[in-house]
Amino acid sequence: MTTVATQAKLWYAMRISSMVLAVCVLVHIITVIYAVRGGLSAAEILGRTHGSWLFAAFYGVFVVACAVHVPIGLAAIASEWLGLRERTALVAAQIVGVAILLMGLRAVYGVVAG
Amino acid sequence: MDLKVRVWRGKEQGAFSAYEVRREESQTVLDVVVHIQRHLEPSLSYRYACRVGMCGSCAMTVNGVARWTCRTHVSKVVTGNALEIAPLPNFPVIKDLVTDMRDFFDKWARAKGQFKGTTTRHDDFARVEPTSKERRAASAGIECIGCGICHASCDVVTWRPNFLGPAALNRAWTLVNDVRDTQQGERLRAVAGDAGCHACHTQGSCTERCPKQLTPTAAIAGLKRLTAKAAARGEL
Repeated sequence: MTTVATQAKLWYAMRISSMVLAVCVLVHIITVIYAVRGGLSAAEILGRTHGSWLFAAFYGVFVVACAVHVPIGLAAIASEWLGLRERTALVAAQIVGVAILLMGLRAVYGVVAG
Repeated sequence: MDLKVRVWRGKEQGAFSAYEVRREESQTVLDVVVHIQRHLEPSLSYRYACRVGMCGSCAMTVNGVARWTCRTHVSKVVTGNALEIAPLPNFPVIKDLVTDMRDFFDKWARAKGQFKGTTTRHDDFARVEPTSKERRAASAGIECIGCGICHASCDVVTWRPNFLGPAALNRAWTLVNDVRDTQQGERLRAVAGDAGCHACHTQGSCTERCPKQLTPTAAIAGLKRLTAKAAARGEL
């Protein structure tokens, strides 16, 4: 059983990460729309992202914000809709969070340095 | 054309009974229920007291929506000539349209909904600036009549039965903004977390349905901000 202080902090983490995500999603979508105007091949994308520390930093932050935000929401959905106990829901959500973090950072590494 | 009225009879298990009630001008849903009980179904149980939207005792589900029946005109909610009247959801049913409100009001107590000051009747009264931020926030929520419509309309109450609910949290918010109250720390602890304000998904059904046009959603948002900041500072 988590304490109310922990639950409040988790809510705060979700709120802050949603603010980060709002900015990241906007920048991401605008960049995608701008970049693909004349069509874009995989080679062209990699040509731009390879070695770009700005790209790595931006998408690194994006991935971390997702890894914070998504599991907290999923834990709430799991306990409210699936009836999972709080502890089970949190553990299951943490597994998803770690998976998002690892896969996301691996993807960023892949397009920047891979 | 007569109204075709279906009224819930029984407890959690039960069935709708059908009645025909003459349509009248300016007829309220409570008028319909009173007519049925006095002329057609003497054993029908329901609650009301003031008939003027002050006491908060006559709330029922009318055509699927929780409403105060004394101030709800039939003409506003009738579908064709059909009216379906049921007890409030999210409350245990005692009989017919009467629900058990104990847990609902116990939640007000759990949310530290009681005022506790330091002065006595011998002291001068406190002076609170009417235009101050706190006084305006308290005034915005203080007209709650405890009808339970927000509680009945809240999905989070359905999903998390231990959730304090919009009415209790709205009450807590009015006291958080009462500069005379001395239980602020305990109250923030009482309303924080997954049984409290942080469980709210801001769907706004409470604010949409409140017959007094209060905004429990805004009150809960205020509590979330204060409690999360207190938690971050390690004060919760």
